[in-house]
Order: sequence, then structure tokens, then C-alpha cells
Amino acid sequence: MVRNEFGALNRVTSMFRRRQFNITGLTVSETETEDLSRITVQFEGEDRAKTQLVAQLAKLPDVISWKEFDPEDSISCELLLIKMANNDATRSSVLDAAEAFHAKTVDYTRESIVFRIAGQTHRIDNFIDLMRDFEILEVCRTGVVSLERGHGVMRRNVASV
Amino acid sequence: MGKLTGAQILVQTLIDQGVDTIFGYPGGTVLDIYDALYDHTDQIRHIETTHEQHACHAADGYSRSTGRTGVVLATSGPGATNLVTGIATAYLDSVPLVAITGNVGNGMIGTDAFQELDITGVTLPITKHNYFVRDVSRLQETVRKAFELANSGRKGPVLVDIPADVQRQEVLYEKAAPLPDPEEPDLDATDLEAAAAAINESRRPFIYFGGGVLASGAGDEVIELSRLINAPIGCSLMGISGIPTNTPRFLGMEGMHGHFASTKAMNQCDCLIALGARFNDRSTGDRTRFAPSGKVVRVDIDSSEFSKTLDDRVEVLGDVKTVLRHLIPLVDSNTHEEWGRHVRELRAEEKGYADYRETLTPKRIMDIINEKRDPTTTVVTDVGQHQMWAAQYLTFDRPRSFITSGGLGTMGFGLGASIGAALATGEHVVLVTGDGSFAMNMAELITAVDNQLPITVVMLDNHVLGMVRQMQSLFKRQRYSQTTLDRQVDYVVLAQAFGVGATRATTPEEFAGQLSAALLVDGPTFIECPIDKDEFVTPVLQIGASMDELIVNMDDVKAKMGR
Repeated sequence: MVRNEFGALNRVTSMFRRRQFNITGLTVSETETEDLSRITVQFEGEDRAKTQLVAQLAKLPDVISWKEFDPEDSISCELLLIKMANNDATRSSVLDAAEAFHAKTVDYTRESIVFRIAGQTHRIDNFIDLMRDFEILEVCRTGVVSLERGHGVMRRNVASV
Repeated sequence: MGKLTGAQILVQTLIDQGVDTIFGYPGGTVLDIYDALYDHTDQIRHIETTHEQHACHAADGYSRSTGRTGVVLATSGPGATNLVTGIATAYLDSVPLVAITGNVGNGMIGTDAFQELDITGVTLPITKHNYFVRDVSRLQETVRKAFELANSGRKGPVLVDIPADVQRQEVLYEKAAPLPDPEEPDLDATDLEAAAAAINESRRPFIYFGGGVLASGAGDEVIELSRLINAPIGCSLMGISGIPTNTPRFLGMEGMHGHFASTKAMNQCDCLIALGARFNDRSTGDRTRFAPSGKVVRVDIDSSEFSKTLDDRVEVLGDVKTVLRHLIPLVDSNTHEEWGRHVRELRAEEKGYADYRETLTPKRIMDIINEKRDPTTTVVTDVGQHQMWAAQYLTFDRPRSFITSGGLGTMGFGLGASIGAALATGEHVVLVTGDGSFAMNMAELITAVDNQLPITVVMLDNHVLGMVRQMQSLFKRQRYSQTTLDRQVDYVVLAQAFGVGATRATTPEEFAGQLSAALLVDGPTFIECPIDKDEFVTPVLQIGASMDELIVNMDDVKAKMGR
């Protein structure tokens, strides 16, 4: 949770850059409170460096609450839009695969089909992997949004905003 | 109070914060601020340097010598970028500083207007925080917040960028109530007990302190803990002057160029009590082979320092002074006789390595500075060999009387910082510098003369970049790439041209006489001390080597150089 100020996102991502972490997923949005934004970051790195990074992030005046989510006790989801080539040879296979994943067809033209799918990262990875057998024109995914399971609320960790 | 312009609000808020001195340089986008300052010259003294970098170092020196927040003011674009090295210097040494910059008006931001620069972007990684003030109604609050942030928790620089239109806009000004004192973290009783237990069960405790002890004013508590458990004390470069040099059991600075006994004892201890110190690579050598790793009882105000570079055993979050006050009653008194005897042997061995030459050696120069100056006189340094000799040989009696750029190692820091320290203390300041560093900042003699500041510059002149040269001597087969200066400058005549009384000393007697005289002058003075280009700072450690591989004295140096 960060103050909804310009530059806050920059300060957070800059900390990842400084410690040479590669961000693999990032979402930012306004929240239930207009003063606050929520940033969800997925990244890979060594444990010691990660501990250091989190400690540095917690120090930023714009960061007012943070939590490391464990997949076990959190719900995560991301959204994928994928544009596939539409041709006679593969059309039915593509549609079958999409149906198996409960992907929704959101655009259909003679040349292309766009599917939308929401779910956990690994499910989306699997779907994209499957689609590689055919002709992928474009892929866009949102990165992860996460909430704790149960009644835990990030904002409640905030003393004052 | 009615309506004020942004510039007037800024000046009023500075006065409210208790600021009486600021350092800076005018320019196009701070016209309004300078105009507002013009009305308050009786309340705020503005010191104009010759270059913004040195204004920033001056604000830094002002802060280091008093603990008060230093303030520097610069215009947009090049004025702002010239602050960068100064801000980074303060950041690395956790010095409270507020840097104020002007910028082009809001309407021109992002258009590459004349002297427009994204200084909040540039200074993002070297400030605790920075602000771009878009709206005059938030100016007062922002400036107050900047001061609070700079001088609380782990201290550091904060930058406030104010566009020109915000400086001109008028708004109803009401003096805000002072911000409440920032909360100190609650001490964790379990951590305190764990720290006490680790100390109580140790047989070879060693107290190691850094700049945090100065920031917190915890020198007396450090001494008390040492007395209680008869533990030797060492410090980092930033810790120097935190306790008097002649404190019993104090072994001085440890590390790459530290005192032999201090470095050895620190590496042989079984419990390293680290107080406001961050274990820079210069103090540990190769961390993976740093013996006390895993045996550290760490006290720091900044939890992000915990186990950053070493494994701590116990970590206590809090202000060093507060923590020690609560910790000391939990610690059992102990004499640790065997350990004490061993440390005395290390000290005796160290004496054997001492330099007893009678000519004008670096050590003789420092000895004479010790003899001739009042022991409370502040000494500032630049960066290089002279800095290490000063750190090793000078003696201190008063906290904050040694001012040096530790973390960033900024050559050219010294003269600006001396100006700040002289103004802050109102007392004589000695600057120890080298010919390399001095050439980076000598134009500031103009500022020292303008303000008739009692600064005595002692320049060790070896015609080389000595610190890099000695690394080349030891580790690059004496291939002296770009370190031989041999500049044909007569620094004495040059200093005189600036209006500074200047002399050259070639013997210890000459130097002693000249220094005594200089210290009586109520204005800047300059003494050049030629020294040999092959004077070495010892001990010395190869970068990346382990503390076991310390090159202890000149015999080791010669062996290493194959001579």
C-alpha cells in the first residue's frame, strides 16, 4: 500500500532496479480509499537480497503497509488477453483448447480470435504454452492481483494515512 | 498573518524551523526565494559559495559539526545537478540535510525549458525522500515534513523542488503547529534480554561503534558498557570522535587502514557488539571470511541494516543511546582478564610497528596538529591518504570534532565542509587535505576569505594521487597510470592570490611554528607540507581480501612489492 502520490510507483520500482531484481509481474490500482494505491509485485531473487529489498521498501515514506503473500494463504489472479490467428487449418483445435480452459472469446474476425482468461499464473502459463502450437499474434497479461484469505485487511496495518 | 507568496512562506517556515544559516547560489528559478531572503537577512544568514557542490558540502559540514539540519539552496538545472555529489555524500553518511531547488514553472515542466531538470528523478536513489511541490497550499507542510524526515530515525538528505510559479503564488499563511516529535521505536524486551545474554556468556567481547553513536550522542554509554565488561572498543571511520581518543580500552579505528590492535581484536572476539555501525566492506574486508560473522549483537535505528552484509546473532532496533541505557542494567560486570591481557599484547605489538622518523612525515604532521591545536578544535579532511593518516593519528576530545566523507569518499569535500563547520561552531577549524583533493575545491578559499572564516588548511603535498598510487604500488606492479600529478603549481603563491596567508613547511619545527601562528589568525590560512610520494598508509588490505591478509607495516609492504 502506498500513498496515492505521483512518483510513488517510481520509488518502489526503483528499489527493485537498484538491487537488480527483475520484476516479472506488476499491478497498480487505486483502492477502497482514494488516498491509497495498491501495488502487487512478482519478482525472483535470492532470499538475503529479498529480505534486504523488503526492508528498504518498508522504509520509503510513501509505503505505508506491506505484506509478503504466501500462495497458501492468499488468493491470486491475473488476466490474459491473447490474439490468435484465425485460419481453417487450426480454427477448431484453437477453439477446443480455449474451451477446455474456459477462455472466453471476446473478439472474432476472419483473421483473428481474441480470448480472455482469468486465473492463477501457472494456469495462464499453461494456456499460452498450449497456444504456441498455433499462431499467436499478440499476448497481453495484467500481472497478479492478490488478497489475503480470511478477514485480514492491508489497510488495517496502517496507523494513519 | 494574511497572504504570503510561496517564497515568503518558504523563508518563514525555515525561520520557524530554527534555521539561521543557509548555503547556496542564486539563479533564475530561485529569484523569488532570494527576493524573500532579502527581507530577512537579520534572521537568516546566507553563505554564497563559488559552486553549488561546495554549498552542499558546507551545509553538510554545518550539520555534522552540530547535529542540526543543514540547508542548501540552488537554482534549477545545473544548480541542482551540482548538488548531487553533495547530497550523495550526506546520504551515505546519514547526515540530516534539506536541499531546496527551484524549478521552471508548473506550466513548463516536461518541455525541456531552459534550465529545466527532473531533479527529483535524479536524486531519487540518494535522498531519504524528495518532494516536488505542485501546489503552494502544501508548501509549508512539505517543508516541515522535509525537516522532520531529515533529522529523525536514520538521518539523511531530503530534497524539496519548488517550481517558480509556486514561489510567486499567494496563499493565506497560517503558521502550523510544530510537528510532534517523531516516535522512537518501542524497544523489544526479548531482543534486549537476548543481547544481554549473548554479552554475558561471551569471553572475548568487543565493542564496535560507528556514526550512529555520534548521531545519538551515546559516547558516555559506550564507555560505561566497556568499563562494565572490560571490553576493548574499536570504531569505524564514521565513529571517530564519538568517544575521547584517550578513553581506556579504546583501540581506535579498525578496518582496512585501521589500527592493528583494533582490527585484530575485532576479528578475534567471540561477541561483536556493533552500535550504529553498518559494516562497510572497508571495515570487514571479504565478508565471507570475516570471523565475527554470526557473532554480532547489533544495535541500529534502521532495521534494514540488520543482517545486510553479515549474519547477526541478536538484533535490537532502536536509538543507540536509549538501547544502551536499557541494556547496561541487564549486563553482568566482568573483568575478562585473559582477553584483556591478550588485547594489551596486541597493543604492545602495534607499538612495535610505529613510525618514529623525525622528519616531516605524515605522522609527525598529525602529531604536531595534536600538540598545537586545542583538543576540542574540529578537524575536517578530504579523501585519500591524508584522510587515513588523520583518522589514525589525530586525537579527539569532543564528539563531532572529526568531519570526513566516509561512505562516498568524496574528494573535494573538505573545504566546503570546513566552511560549514567554522560557521556552525564559531571556532577555528583545521582542514587536513592533499594536493589531489585540494585542487578539486580550492576556489572555495574565496568563500573562506569573503567571510573571514578561521580555517587553517594543512595540505600534504606529494605530487601524486597517493592512495591510488599505493594501490598501484602493491597490486598493479608499480604501474603508475595517471596518478603522478607533478603539477607545476605553487600552491603557496596561489593561496596568497586568494588573499590567504600561506606558508610552506619543510621540517617539523617549521610546521609547528607556522601552525601555532596560523591557529591565532582570525581568518583562513594555508600551510603546504611537502611529503614523499612513497609514504604509505599502513596497515593496508587489498580490496576484497580477508582481514587475515592485512599488510601490517612497511616491511610487509616492501615484501609485497618485491623490494
